[in-house]
Amino acid sequence: MNENLFASFATPTMMGLPIVILIIMFPSILFPSPNRLINNRLISIQQWLVQLTSKQMMAIHNSKGQTWTLMLMSLILFIGSTNLLGLLPYSFTPTTQLSMNLGMAIPLWAGTVFMGFRHKTKAALAHFLPQGTPIFLIPMLVIIETISLFIQPVALAVRLTANITAGHLLMHLIGGATLALMSISPSTALITFIILILLTILEFAVAMIQAYVFTLLVSLYLHDNT
Amino acid sequence: MASVEMWYSSPWTKSLPMRVKTKLGLPLKEKKLMEVKLGELPSWILMRDFTPKGIAGAFQRGYYRYYNKYINVKKGSVAGISMVLAAYVLFNYCRSYKELKHERRRKYH
Repeated sequence: MNENLFASFATPTMMGLPIVILIIMFPSILFPSPNRLINNRLISIQQWLVQLTSKQMMAIHNSKGQTWTLMLMSLILFIGSTNLLGLLPYSFTPTTQLSMNLGMAIPLWAGTVFMGFRHKTKAALAHFLPQGTPIFLIPMLVIIETISLFIQPVALAVRLTANITAGHLLMHLIGGATLALMSISPSTALITFIILILLTILEFAVAMIQAYVFTLLVSLYLHDNT
Repeated sequence: MASVEMWYSSPWTKSLPMRVKTKLGLPLKEKKLMEVKLGELPSWILMRDFTPKGIAGAFQRGYYRYYNKYINVKKGSVAGISMVLAAYVLFNYCRSYKELKHERRRKYH
């Protein structure tokens, strides 16, 4: 059972070919590009959702920060659709791989930090020392703030990985428990099955919330630095 | 009468509509799959374009055929995307069959 539990997180290869690239690119098929003024239903629903999200998320930024709208909107669409597709049976979720999440988090965070240092150097450096600290605490606090700055990308990546992986693992385990209990005591199996349904609803919510949180935090880092 | 290819290549015969041309006789290269006779099938398959550009063209044609039939319509329904998602599930099942084989209920695996 141990090997089966983690087999779904292995990088998919088919006869030696890495088809993980195809699986990462699959969500792009589900978002066709709008050609006309009034589009078909699928595109209209997606356009409405993107407008809703972008207005809500980019309202806090000034004009310099709003140049990041395209990046953040495609980020939330990618993470949201990848997480939701991972809830289908037998599918592989790329966001369970720490490598991919680090690859998303580090460049985005580094982009915001470098932008802040380039355009508002004094203000960016001033972030390392909150206002009104007693003088003898200053060295300690600078060190702590530096550590907290460098931990931001790692936290972004690990948060996403851990949440999605833990959810998938829990569903595998509880599903396996339901199956095993079916022959021993059907009533316990029924309770476990209800737990599985609740967990699935939670997973749908988590999939979307994690996308939102990732993007929101990147936009917050951006707001600090523009 | 002259052979089919010679007859077919005059400008007037090229401008006829497709439904007339299929009745009168097309060269093998331009027949669709359902119009190819069983004996001609191997030579028809060998004549297809297997260059990367041809394969990309085939994928593009297939994509737009599905898209225009099920999604790009006035009243598209949920069936359009659910068929795609069902095919995705099936693809992943086939991909991981080797590991899933061991999870069947059997006395001896």
